[in-house]
Amino acid sequence: MNVLYFAWLRTKIGIGEETLELPEEVTTVSEFLDWLGQRGPTYLEALQDRSVVRVAVNQEYVPFDHVLAPDDEVALFPPVTGGLDGVT
Amino acid sequence: MIRVQQGKFDVGAEIAEVCEGDFAVGGIASFVGVVRDTGSGPSGFMTLEHYPGMTERKLADIEQQARARWDLANVLIVHRYGKLAVGEQIVLVITASAHRDAALESCHFLIDWLKTDAPFWKYEEDGQTGGWVGARESDDEAKLKWRD
Repeated sequence: MNVLYFAWLRTKIGIGEETLELPEEVTTVSEFLDWLGQRGPTYLEALQDRSVVRVAVNQEYVPFDHVLAPDDEVALFPPVTGGLDGVT
Repeated sequence: MIRVQQGKFDVGAEIAEVCEGDFAVGGIASFVGVVRDTGSGPSGFMTLEHYPGMTERKLADIEQQARARWDLANVLIVHRYGKLAVGEQIVLVITASAHRDAALESCHFLIDWLKTDAPFWKYEEDGQTGGWVGARESDDEAKLKWRD
């Protein structure tokens, strides 16, 4: 599975992209985040507050109970902030 | 039509091009987003990161939603990414229709949805310190007003 990280998730984890082989028991996005958090302290810290983590699978936003497939492209990122700072 | 690019855009040229030769168009609305000085001073800048592929997909989705809701002759969304200085133009939305209401309303709709749906993240710097900009609840509220 190809996994992408953006914004502060990328800078905290230290890489922008990696290919991961998921264990069989990991099926949902939520389980994937639990499993990812055990990969090391940088992952754990980046993923500790799930309320500021958004997930896209194959470039579409998905909820945490979404079921993953082995060939999915999974992206983790903070809530988007748009590009127009001149407006409130 | 959507475009995601690093380079600058020319608002006048884009407006002229959007409905060239389409004589059914009666009104063109446009919105230009500018990098604002948020306390970093005029020498500040920001770097806009995005998710190539998903950005284009979400912008195309948003355009389709606007076209389904209003009778539009043309839509253009240009969004920049990369390093941008305070005062630079960052996003352009142009909508063209036979009537002004459709053009103005859809332009407003598109810019509200852009802020909450397009995968862009801002990193602001003032030359010494920098930080990622968090999402704002007011943006989500702006989007919700378009709910039927």
